[in-house]
Amino acid sequence: MKEYDAIVIGSGPCGMTTALYLARSGVTVALIEKLSAGGLVLLTDKIENYPGFPDGVSGFDLVDKFSDQIAPYENIDRINDEVNSFSQEGKAHIVHCEENTYCAKAIVICSGAKYKKLGAKGEEEYLGRGVSYCALCDANFYKGQEVVVVGGGNAALEEALYLARVCKKVHIVHRRDEFRALAVYQKKCEEHEQIEFHKSFAVEEIKGDASGVVGVDIKSLKDGSVKHIPAPGVFIFVGYDPVISFIPKNLTHTTNGIEVDAKMQTNIAGIFAAGDVLNKLCRQIATAVGDGATAGFFAYSYLELYDEK
Amino acid sequence: MAIEVTDSNFDKEVLQSTLPVLVDFWAPWCGPCRAIGPIIEELSELYAGKVKICKFDVDSGSIVSAKYGIRAVPTLIFFKNGEVAHQTTGAVSKSSLKEVIDTKMLG
Repeated sequence: MKEYDAIVIGSGPCGMTTALYLARSGVTVALIEKLSAGGLVLLTDKIENYPGFPDGVSGFDLVDKFSDQIAPYENIDRINDEVNSFSQEGKAHIVHCEENTYCAKAIVICSGAKYKKLGAKGEEEYLGRGVSYCALCDANFYKGQEVVVVGGGNAALEEALYLARVCKKVHIVHRRDEFRALAVYQKKCEEHEQIEFHKSFAVEEIKGDASGVVGVDIKSLKDGSVKHIPAPGVFIFVGYDPVISFIPKNLTHTTNGIEVDAKMQTNIAGIFAAGDVLNKLCRQIATAVGDGATAGFFAYSYLELYDEK
Repeated sequence: MAIEVTDSNFDKEVLQSTLPVLVDFWAPWCGPCRAIGPIIEELSELYAGKVKICKFDVDSGSIVSAKYGIRAVPTLIFFKNGEVAHQTTGAVSKSSLKEVIDTKMLG
């Protein structure tokens, strides 16, 4: 079993920042990632709200820059493995992965979040055959066609604007009359002639045939009437679920994420958490990076006092 | 290394292959494709001689992707004797891909 001072789980912006702060403090770090580095950022076309990039930056380029910044630190071991569970031996934490087991004095969970499923009829059945959670990936399959976007937050409106660049028409279906999204996205969508709003409507069923999705039935939440939107593509952006399947049962959390204090410390000594995996209201790259810096800083403080505890 | 396949060599490399074949339909602009890229390469080494691992860039041609109704990337299709044995979409973990290969392609 390989031993480290700290194990960081997940290498999105938060995990890479945490690893950077820990490595600069001189401790040994295992940075465990099940896919390749980046996380949800890789689904973003252009990021315009991350400071330092006045002209915006693509998700791919930003991830590469984060990755390049930690590359020179020889005390970071980048490990490709999938975490299954934790256990404890005395004060030390053991991380059980698919291929190996690792041990550390401190763990920082930066496993992020994934897009939430809508739970509508037809959603699972037509996944990859018309149902998508990534406009950047799949917009080109719907060039010149009509698509439906479900959701009312920043992600939904941002993706609707991206889809409107290539699609003939984008229908936004949202359960409420108001949007949670920032005013800047709302204004752009309202002014866009290819975007049509269906407010106070919920998806009743995603309909399809052997070829895949053919349309969506939506139901008015005001009068119960149902209308059908013929479209071969449905893009769902209805929020996020934290990636917490592997955390111990006694680690305090809700369905919205892990609970931490101002030092990013969980209720279990030596286990920290940061970024999108937290029970939080604002999931942004900038907040993930801030959380990662805080977690790295206080995980190091914990390590410094480790032998005295 | 995963083998690059296109509309022109798909029949020969995939449908007529004596080995089971996993084809990763991907695109250069797609984040989840990039996320699973290293896993696909790793599988090609892990299953060398047992399973052929191929990559199909959907930007390179549309005949094959239209035939298999590709509307999302990454889509992974597992072929056995030229027939589709299994299909999955999105960034999936190495363990779940290994399970599909072991049970549906080699099992």
